[in-house]
Amino acid sequence: MVSTSSSDRDGGVDPLRPADHVDSPEPAPGDGPGVAQPKLGFVGWLRFGWRQLTSMRTAILLLLLLAIAAVPGSLVPQRSSDPNGVTQYFTDHPDTAPVLDSFQMFDVYTSAWFSAVYLLLFVSLIGCIIPRTKHHFEAMRARPPRTPVRLGRLAGYTTRPLPDGVDAETAVAEATKLLKQARYRVERYELRGEPSVSAERGYLRETGNLVFHTAMLGILVAVGVGGGFGFAGQRVIVEGQSFVNTLAAFDSFNPGRFFDPNSLAPYKLSLNELGVVYETQNQDALGQPIDFTAHVTITDQSGPAEDGQVKVNEPLRTHGTDVFLLGNGYAPHIVVRDPDGEIVFDDAVPFLPQDANLTSIGVVKVPDGLDAQLGMVGFFYPTQDVLGSGAYASTYPDLVLPVLTLNVYEGDLGIDSGVPTSVYTLDPSGMDQLTGGETGVDSIELKPGERTELPGGRGTVEFVDDSPDAPAAVPAGSAADRDYAQSVKRFASFDIHHDPTQGWVLVFAILILAGLLASLFVPRRRMWVKVATRRDGSRVIEFAGLARGEDPGLEAAVAAFADKLAGPVAGAESTHDTAKPTT
Amino acid sequence: MPSLDEISVLSVYSAMAVYAIAFIAFSIDLARRGAVAAKAADADAGLTGTADGQPAAEREPVGVLQAAATTKAAASTAAASAGGAGGAEASGRGSRWRSATADGASVAYGRSPALRVGVAMTVLAWLLHLTATLLRGFAAGRVPWANMYEFALTGTLIITTVFLIVLVVAKHDLRFLGTFVTGLVLVLLGAATVNFYVSVVPLPPALQSAWLVIHVFVATASVGFFALSFALSVVQLMQSRRESLVASAKAAKKSFLATLPDSNTLENLAYRVTIVGFILWTFTLMAGAIWAEAAWGRYWGWDTKEVWTFIIWVVYAGYIHARATRGWRGSRSAWLAIIGFSTVLFNFTVVNLFFKGLHAYSGLL
Ligand code: HEM
Repeated sequence: MVSTSSSDRDGGVDPLRPADHVDSPEPAPGDGPGVAQPKLGFVGWLRFGWRQLTSMRTAILLLLLLAIAAVPGSLVPQRSSDPNGVTQYFTDHPDTAPVLDSFQMFDVYTSAWFSAVYLLLFVSLIGCIIPRTKHHFEAMRARPPRTPVRLGRLAGYTTRPLPDGVDAETAVAEATKLLKQARYRVERYELRGEPSVSAERGYLRETGNLVFHTAMLGILVAVGVGGGFGFAGQRVIVEGQSFVNTLAAFDSFNPGRFFDPNSLAPYKLSLNELGVVYETQNQDALGQPIDFTAHVTITDQSGPAEDGQVKVNEPLRTHGTDVFLLGNGYAPHIVVRDPDGEIVFDDAVPFLPQDANLTSIGVVKVPDGLDAQLGMVGFFYPTQDVLGSGAYASTYPDLVLPVLTLNVYEGDLGIDSGVPTSVYTLDPSGMDQLTGGETGVDSIELKPGERTELPGGRGTVEFVDDSPDAPAAVPAGSAADRDYAQSVKRFASFDIHHDPTQGWVLVFAILILAGLLASLFVPRRRMWVKVATRRDGSRVIEFAGLARGEDPGLEAAVAAFADKLAGPVAGAESTHDTAKPTT
Repeated sequence: MPSLDEISVLSVYSAMAVYAIAFIAFSIDLARRGAVAAKAADADAGLTGTADGQPAAEREPVGVLQAAATTKAAASTAAASAGGAGGAEASGRGSRWRSATADGASVAYGRSPALRVGVAMTVLAWLLHLTATLLRGFAAGRVPWANMYEFALTGTLIITTVFLIVLVVAKHDLRFLGTFVTGLVLVLLGAATVNFYVSVVPLPPALQSAWLVIHVFVATASVGFFALSFALSVVQLMQSRRESLVASAKAAKKSFLATLPDSNTLENLAYRVTIVGFILWTFTLMAGAIWAEAAWGRYWGWDTKEVWTFIIWVVYAGYIHARATRGWRGSRSAWLAIIGFSTVLFNFTVVNLFFKGLHAYSGLL
């Protein structure tokens, strides 16, 4: 074993701890800056500040502060996770919302004050682990400390007579061997003619602690880098349609700050079918969805098409991106014709679900082909029923009695001004309502396979039945009830992500867990075995231990070691063996 | 013919009745402790030992050295064969619990029939509780922890299980925690059956994952440990208050606390229980992140439930630091353990029920 020059320093192998750690020596009164040192230069103050920042006390305070700072983000909706909630909050609380906003309450986790707390904590962490790591490397090369002169006051102190016929050297040699087998680092010492072995184990405890704290830093960095270079995009795809992984094809796209759009792999994803299973047996849960499976095909320039599937909880990982199935709904197929029968609109329009039974709202915009721009706001009921109030509702999420109602508007759709508008909303401010509401004209109401006139001879609208065996369209109200199970296509809403450092985050997380286990459960302890000579000249073997940190099993370990080396004390009972109270 | 779920509910009610009996027995025991302490204080005989010694457990009769004395060659064999047990656990197999006075309790406490009844009833209640939980699982055809009612059912079962396991493995006699444990379980179970009960329904797709089994189970398990840590910390605080009074006030000596371990022992126990809970919670957080990645496409999004999981984790990290910081060890760190468990309860109740977020699985909406 290599010993360092300063190996005699007692405690030289203890882990380094901030000054206010319980294992650090008590500071002498007047130590450090305070009244005793009235003049503290700039460097002195700097050093003082750094000492404060890297103290245990500061770490606790910053940790508690971090916990408190995280709370508001759970009370107030956050832009990152719930943007609609934020909009709603502004509507509901027009007075307080701007005030909260000025404190970044809707962006708590990226706010200046939250960032300040965790960045300070991590600076403190760095300041704490760098010296400790350096020290730990040295400690691992240092030799176990000198055997104390008197073992009697140390933990688990016990003695055994030196058996007849065994000399002191042999006893210590055997002890050394056994300790080594028990993964102790050992060092022989000789003090006043009494041979002894000093042993230490559990360096892994400090290693674990350092790995734990460093890995936390690693997570922070990995998350930051991943956020900078990754992207997240959303795209709605109707059954039978497809999407190409390019910037323009996303409905919404959130790139990281350093994301390069050219790095998108241009593969094509086609949604063949979205399979949905609903509960039909359990009366307490009729219509509850049990399974969503999107059957897709992936194609790229190089290889053959590949079939795959995306389920909730089972993303599809392809071309460096992860594809998640996050939403679904119906996309009624609507055809609008002008008075001459020419098709001016023909599309499956995704309707956004509003409740568990998939009552859905959607918008049809017909910008060209008619005399004026036409807009329609539609409600779709997969299984329509009439409430007592006369209003419609859907009572089951699957297609049992699908009904589409449309309110027609004419005028300026507002899409020519260049201001981006949502495909899911219609701004009726510049338009005249032609059906529904206060117009006195009934809303258009269609079942799949039905068509009807638009008011005022503006043309016709048809709700196309997409079933494979669908008959030709008939006028509204005249379709015979049939099996509508396939009559309306579904859409899937996919989230497509790329996070280059996700794997690193996982690695650091595993290191955190492993480090934590080591640092909390590996006991760091010292053990000494010494052959001492009593006043009467008899010789005994002395055993004692010393805990470095939490070590509830120390005394038992010393006793067990003594027993193994020299046998149990005849007829005596060691401390850990007292009986429990009988009750 | 009642359904499995109906039998399960019946079993829950029976378990609650038996828990109530256990609770009363434990409370009587605490009251008796007060009386014993008072008597001891009056007699000023705090040292009447009760530790009726039991013979030491059997050990290997000879050590390595005796063998060495016989033949040098034999010595190395013996050392090699014994090597695996190096630094092993306590060998005191015959006696699980230290005597009361070895815990640092100032008054020894003898036999207590109430305590025995309490433990026996807790075991019985636990069996009924376990039956109820298993039946609920069979009725649903899946793990019984997928909505508030089931979280409560399984969570309280784990609290009792952890308590019973700790009774078996701990070297200290911790049965005095029975009042707290049975009381807490009773209140939570009662609240859950009255307010949270929902009939068996299939799992929504978002919950159909192996992570439901792992993540939620480990989370509930760590709650079991945190609950014990909370109880120990509360008793620790009471004890340390008593200790600071004990020199001056005679009344303090008469408290039931006099029969319990000293505050330092309680703190060490609380710490050990807490770090187990903390590790499990760390795992919970990570498993949750992995699951969130699969289900929602991101491993961390500061959803309300994620926020509170994080807060709990950070508070307990603060506790562990406090334990290692001069000036924070002792009562201050105990307060952090108490705050920690309060956030756990808050997370389970208020956050589940009233906060909006992706984790809306209470089954009550
Ligand atoms: C980023 C926030 C931090 C977290 C979440 C955290 C968490 C923890 C945890 C869980 C432990 C116990 C497990 C172990 O020993 O490895 C621990 C121990 C420790 N931490 Fe931190 N820590 C943080 C920051 C810091 C900082 C800034 C310092 C320096 C002042 C520090 C110094 C220590 C020390 C010295 C120990 C050992 C305690 C002992 O002796 O038992 N930690 N930390």
